[in-house]
Amino acid sequence: MMNHRKCFEALARHIAADDIVLPVYSSAFEWLDVRPSALNYTAHGAMGLASSHGLGLALGRPDRRVIVLDGDGSLLMNIGTLVTAAAAAPKNFYHFVCENGTYEANGGHPIPNKGKVNFAALARGAGYGSVHEFSDLQNFEQQIGAVLAEPGPVFGVLKVEPARPQQRDYNRIHGADVRQMFKEAIKAR
Amino acid sequence: MSDLSGANIIQQIKAGGVEFVISVPDITTAAGLLTPLETMASPRLVRVCKEDEGIGICAGLAHAGKRALLLIQQTGMLDSINAIRGVAVEYSLPICMMVGLLEKEPDVRPRESKRYGVRIVEPILDAMGIDYHEIEDEADVAKIKPAIDAAYAQSKPVVLLIGRRPTAS
Repeated sequence: MMNHRKCFEALARHIAADDIVLPVYSSAFEWLDVRPSALNYTAHGAMGLASSHGLGLALGRPDRRVIVLDGDGSLLMNIGTLVTAAAAAPKNFYHFVCENGTYEANGGHPIPNKGKVNFAALARGAGYGSVHEFSDLQNFEQQIGAVLAEPGPVFGVLKVEPARPQQRDYNRIHGADVRQMFKEAIKAR
Repeated sequence: MSDLSGANIIQQIKAGGVEFVISVPDITTAAGLLTPLETMASPRLVRVCKEDEGIGICAGLAHAGKRALLLIQQTGMLDSINAIRGVAVEYSLPICMMVGLLEKEPDVRPRESKRYGVRIVEPILDAMGIDYHEIEDEADVAKIKPAIDAAYAQSKPVVLLIGRRPTAS
């Protein structure tokens, strides 16, 4: 099991300036601290739709990488996204699920069938050709650069510990100023 | 009884600059719209498993500067109300939905339908403050391109309600 923050710090070292990153809920608050950028896209509503927003961005902007940092509870709410993305198959789409087994932003309750759900198998079954699973930080640090160099769609499971206690100011992810900043950033580059 | 030409609707969709059609099949529009769209290189057809996925994909495409149309049934639209509320309305994004009205009687206004699932659609859109247009016969088809243009110009959602099965020609 990886420390959530350290996992993201390792990932951030491989994120290019033009990459678009869509982190979800507790991952969003961790990620915004680790890698502040106008190209962080955090306003994707709720109910697991971040990967769908990311797929739209990937289809519309094939010139840049789109990286989704999903939650396990969020992915379960929109599990069909795996099939849709595998079929649409954008080469610039990277979907990671941070698996901690809990609805962390909603009281820390467990996801259904915690510990038995196999997200990597779900992605393979949905038609993803490239699927990775990481639970060891050192291994992740060694391999993540190569994973992000693969042609998409790529799916990865990041087995992480629950995030540290967070100040969850939802204006940081849904606020009008944040959304406007992203709009201007993607138009400008 | 009037006709509705699927070919003319697709022409309007293309004239509206739509590059992507995102769809879950709907029996009202399956033969007249979705089947011909399957054979076209543009707009690109993206099949989704569930309609709210399509709301997210259209939002991402809008941010990427691409126009999209979500082609669904009203049952799927009703299932996606929270996504439409949050993403399309509260984030003020140009999400264009073409919605087949399952079981609507031809030549009957949606809110006068005997079908509960049809009758409630427009009042719900009114309550959400979402613009909509009834596409019932050929005279209505010309509304489509301006409606798409207005949605993108004003960055807000629009719903085009398909009230009868379009012909494929």
